[in-house]
Amino acid sequence: MTASANISEAQVWTWLDAVPDPEIPVISVVDLGVVRAVSVSGDYVKIIITPTYSGCPAMAVIAMDIETALAKQGVPSVHLKTQIAPAWTTDWLSEKGRARLESYGIAPPQASGGPDRCPQCKSQAVERVSQFGSTPCKAQWRCTDCLEPFDYFKCI
Amino acid sequence: MKHLFEFLLRQGDNALVLGHRTSEWCGVAPALEEDIALANTALDLIGQTQLWLGYAAEVEGKGRSANDLAYLRDVYDFRNILMLEVPNEDFGRTLMRQFLFDAFQVPWLTALCGSSDKRVADFSGKSLKEANYHLDRSAETVIALGNGTEESNTRMQAALDYLWPYAGELFGEDDTDQAMQAAGIAVLPASIRNDWDTKVQGILSDASLRTPKSTFAHFGGRSGFRHTEHLGHMLATMQILQRSYPGAVW
Ligand SMILES: [Zn+2]
Repeated sequence: MTASANISEAQVWTWLDAVPDPEIPVISVVDLGVVRAVSVSGDYVKIIITPTYSGCPAMAVIAMDIETALAKQGVPSVHLKTQIAPAWTTDWLSEKGRARLESYGIAPPQASGGPDRCPQCKSQAVERVSQFGSTPCKAQWRCTDCLEPFDYFKCI
Repeated sequence: MKHLFEFLLRQGDNALVLGHRTSEWCGVAPALEEDIALANTALDLIGQTQLWLGYAAEVEGKGRSANDLAYLRDVYDFRNILMLEVPNEDFGRTLMRQFLFDAFQVPWLTALCGSSDKRVADFSGKSLKEANYHLDRSAETVIALGNGTEESNTRMQAALDYLWPYAGELFGEDDTDQAMQAAGIAVLPASIRNDWDTKVQGILSDASLRTPKSTFAHFGGRSGFRHTEHLGHMLATMQILQRSYPGAVW
């Protein structure tokens, strides 16, 4: 199938919203806020992405997954451009993404610098284990009520 | 252009050499959480290296890439400060060095956000977020270890006394610094010395550590004039794959 000349920008956004984050697959690359702009001219699609952390190994996978997903939709030519500034911020996470993070067991970022509640039992009695976690975007916390450790999505 | 290239090498090599040293803890740190923290810090620094050295390679215009600069240069072509290349020794010295460097990076990158060179400003804005996060952790750990046990306090004081004569190189000034200042690309490192002094003395005092009195400073890293004997050993490990199998990719 060839999508050819009548691809709309909204259509591309919908397709991108179906591309999961490779490390946190419950949210999409759009939820993550790394897709900054989409422009379509004829059958040429240009997408601007902004990296989360400078050294995040997931960025290369994200770029590949975007190209693969659009190729499957029949988009013949995708141009991906990396843009450093303005620097990525967790303010760009979508509301849908934040809600999905919490139901997946990852506390969404808060401006205060720490989770507002345990993603499991919703208790506010939480304490930090480490400022860093299993991926660059996460820190380790635990709940002192239900005693479960959990990931917190760092606020930057 | 020669000065801009030198400046970018200094930015990139500081991140690269500290990033590699930090990565040496991967799998052997004193606690799992610390292992993860150190690996993540190293990853941020290596990511920053790609930005700075990628731009340096472009400015040089000889067809080299960030990888070529990282893996195929020899000791005397590196422009990192000496403090970042000396061995980790122990966890205490590793964190003390990280703190002394982070306390510099935060005001330095903040100043560079106003650079007349858009890419220098953009890279600085990006790196600054990570540097702030690193500083929170390194400062907190220095305070915790300084106030921990007699053993941890003694080791942190020894780390500080060892590193102190290397810290002054952060504030070096030469033709390159002056050219960068004149072009509005960077400020003189000396202009942020007060910020650094205030931050460092505050944290050291909270950590029950004595700030050394000496103002002696070792120089030679950022100019490439004279590195320590340790950098060659580090590069032997870091570069062996590309040296043994030129052009290898994965
Ligand atoms: Zn709980």
